[in-house]
Amino acid sequence: MKLTKLLTSATVALGLATTAMADDPTKVGFVYVGPVGDGGWTYEHNKGRLAVEEAFGDKVETTFVESVPEGADAVRVITQMALQGADLIFTTSFGYMDPTIEVAKKFPNVKFEHATGYKQADNVSVYSARFYEGRAIQGHIAGHMTKTNKIGYIASFPIPEVIRGINSAYIHAKKVNPDVEFSIIWAYTWFDPAKEADAAKALIEQGADVILQHTDSTAPQAAAQAAGNVVTFGQASDMGEYAPFPRVSSIIDDWAPYYVARTKAVMDGTWESVSTWDGIGAGMVGIGEISDAVPADVKASALEMVAALADGSYHAFTGPLNKQDGTPWLAEGETAADYGDNGLAGLNFYVEGITAEIPN
Amino acid sequence: MIALQKRPTPSRTLSLATPLIAVLITMIMGGLLFTVLGKNPFEAIRTIFWDPVFGEFAFYYRPQLLVKAAPLVLIAIGLSLGFKAGIWNIGAEGQYIIGAICGAGVGLAFYPTESRLIFPLMILAGAVGGWAWAMIPAILKTRFGTNEILVSLMLVYVAEQLLASMSLGLLRNPEGMGFPGSRNFSDFPAGSSWINEAAGLHWGMAFAFIAVIFAYILLNRHILGFNIRLTGDSPHAARFAGVNPTRLILFCLGTSGALAGLAGLFEVTGPSGQINIDFASGYGFTAIIVAFLGRLHPVGILLAALLMALTYVGGDLAQGNLGLPSAAIQVFQGMLLFFLLALDLLTNYRVVLKKKGAA
Repeated sequence: MKLTKLLTSATVALGLATTAMADDPTKVGFVYVGPVGDGGWTYEHNKGRLAVEEAFGDKVETTFVESVPEGADAVRVITQMALQGADLIFTTSFGYMDPTIEVAKKFPNVKFEHATGYKQADNVSVYSARFYEGRAIQGHIAGHMTKTNKIGYIASFPIPEVIRGINSAYIHAKKVNPDVEFSIIWAYTWFDPAKEADAAKALIEQGADVILQHTDSTAPQAAAQAAGNVVTFGQASDMGEYAPFPRVSSIIDDWAPYYVARTKAVMDGTWESVSTWDGIGAGMVGIGEISDAVPADVKASALEMVAALADGSYHAFTGPLNKQDGTPWLAEGETAADYGDNGLAGLNFYVEGITAEIPN
Repeated sequence: MIALQKRPTPSRTLSLATPLIAVLITMIMGGLLFTVLGKNPFEAIRTIFWDPVFGEFAFYYRPQLLVKAAPLVLIAIGLSLGFKAGIWNIGAEGQYIIGAICGAGVGLAFYPTESRLIFPLMILAGAVGGWAWAMIPAILKTRFGTNEILVSLMLVYVAEQLLASMSLGLLRNPEGMGFPGSRNFSDFPAGSSWINEAAGLHWGMAFAFIAVIFAYILLNRHILGFNIRLTGDSPHAARFAGVNPTRLILFCLGTSGALAGLAGLFEVTGPSGQINIDFASGYGFTAIIVAFLGRLHPVGILLAALLMALTYVGGDLAQGNLGLPSAAIQVFQGMLLFFLLALDLLTNYRVVLKKKGAA
């Protein structure tokens, strides 16, 4: 009796919450996995949010909740935003995939955008960036810069996105420096300055003089700076405060144009569920300024590669390439497909030459 | 010189009132903090403490409070038994993880069979998993005299590695396109802990209430409860009274492990939905705070867990609606514990000014 009453009132209120008034500002919610001051991943998503505010002024109202654990808490926070009348909600981490789908089922009139996942629905779009294009540039520079021929890689979680990055960086480092070796440490976190610093120190002690990171804090940059002779790259954000050395370049995620366009689509009533995967060409992946610590000829060849990736004349995964176990993956001149068996979307193997193993 | 002097008879009223006073002081100091951050303190405090329970969308947040509180109650009740006897299980987080892995593993082994027997079997597996993980520090302590604080804590990190391995290997969703994480229990009704998902009710809440009642009876009406309290107050007296310390250690660590394992099982098959690398979100550690906030008393723990849940749910609400940074919410939660401990100290001790060299 009481339960049915509760449920009825819930349904009524859900209905009310999702019927937005026409002249109300468009409400856009953002769910962040880290703090907005992480200087990396979440920082850039928040810059995208600020760009939305700047573009539409009074016509939008944005809210965000930061450091939301992936799981039950995410369900609650996303529901909270929908209840408070959000028209569009961006959930900006892979682990929010199932929570986003779950909440989206209950709020068919609210639009959802999930970053880096693969589950789409009528009111859930997915979007991600081709970070591996940026990793190709990093690998190219790293291969040239290393003197010990040891490159350290701080990885977060063994998901296709991270594995693509490791492969791309390795392929391009190897191309310019056949002796290069990769040491990979799995931090099992997106953001944990203490763990990231430990990982960086461990890699430096093992002789790595270039550190690549797929975690979001600047702690590895600080560790490299303390070591004095170790090269790093900014991750997700420019991390320009560590330029010109140790940070010699960076991958910058630029979500602003996408967020502005999607908010506009909701305002115009033209929003549709789409799957977006953009790279350097579309401006979703930016390459931070290559500092003068990099020799001029290396910088020039890196910039050439940026241009080639941008106009599509070069693909970061171009054959001949073998899988780690020696079986062929891509034939001479063949480029990797996005989807399907051995496609980039679900990539779960290393390329030949990497000695580490993907944990499982 | 400032010194602390033990009060011969601490006021009982004061000791019961300290949690309330601590909450009040936290509200005042938190209000100041929010003012400094440029927010309206009354609105902030109202959003955190009032809106989740009585606000516009309370119908959704009230069950969410229970969702958040249930694992805290289950774990904290178990921990309180040991803490009362001076047996320090700091590794509930690990037992929580192992309980979830074992319970979910048993359930997923039957996927997609639909049978009423599956869930009870999973509950059993969850409890046994947590119990077994807690037996490691228990047996090492009783056999070799190792420190249970260190062993149980270190086993948390082992459990986390095991969790990562399970989500990448054995329990990985075969239809997950290579991404880590098990199947989602929302697609497997026979293995789901939800009683009614729309209303936000799951079996963990029922078990949490049962645990509170059992702990209350055990501590107040049973000889074992008396032995636990006696051991905590005076280990020597307990030995004279014939209490077997080995059995007590095995009982306390085992019970807290089993309850933490249950909490993990209910969480993974309900609110969380799947085994994943970052499934563990610190309930095992937060429960230590809850146990002390609740004065190691079953009913106190229930109230303390609800209060903690309120600061989490209300805190997220304040972030979303008022734009408070999450760090401010964490400081606010920290204040609560700090003031409680400070008031505790002042209830049991008095501050005296001593001249140097005197006394």
